[in-house]
Amino acid sequence: MLTGRDRSEAKQGLQSLAGRVRLINFTQELACQYCRETELLLKDVAELSELVDLTVFNLQIDKAEAAAYRVDRVPATVVAGEKDHGIRFYGIPAGYEFASLLDAMRDVARGSADLAPASRAALAGLADPIHLQVFVTPT
Amino acid sequence: MAVESDLVTVDVVESSEFPDLARRHGVRSVPRTIVNGDRAVEGALPETEFVEAVLAAAQTR
Repeated sequence: MLTGRDRSEAKQGLQSLAGRVRLINFTQELACQYCRETELLLKDVAELSELVDLTVFNLQIDKAEAAAYRVDRVPATVVAGEKDHGIRFYGIPAGYEFASLLDAMRDVARGSADLAPASRAALAGLADPIHLQVFVTPT
Repeated sequence: MAVESDLVTVDVVESSEFPDLARRHGVRSVPRTIVNGDRAVEGALPETEFVEAVLAAAQTR
């Protein structure tokens, strides 16, 4: 799936991973437009760094894992480091979202993000959970 | 945000693959961020403004 420039950019980006990254892909064989492509893309990414582990589950079969990761549609990709920070990509993380995937991998690997001090302070004051759904397109 | 706070979780949703979800949340342009299922933050904002907007949206529930 990964070709030329994407592969070299991804490889370069993943060379600086500060720790382990777990990619957990949920897929299914029928009625899923980009499940197969997403799995192939993630396999390519996982091959670029020894610090990246890919696990693939079938949403229809591996129901306990889907419940544990709170995944209910496919293709889904959990991006986790040593711990699960609650980051999920739904749909194929291609195009612009491929860069977002790499950014997320770098952040979970080191367990921190490049946020401004004001943003960190604001988040430190949170008392209640916030769930974000960021709607995007790949182009 | 999700990496920095244990209270924040995030789904990145590819709109064209999940039209039902996009329609339910009134997605006509992207990025559109839905906060706790029923509040929206439109567009791509600078980081600090985005964090402020998300926290403000969460508090207005």
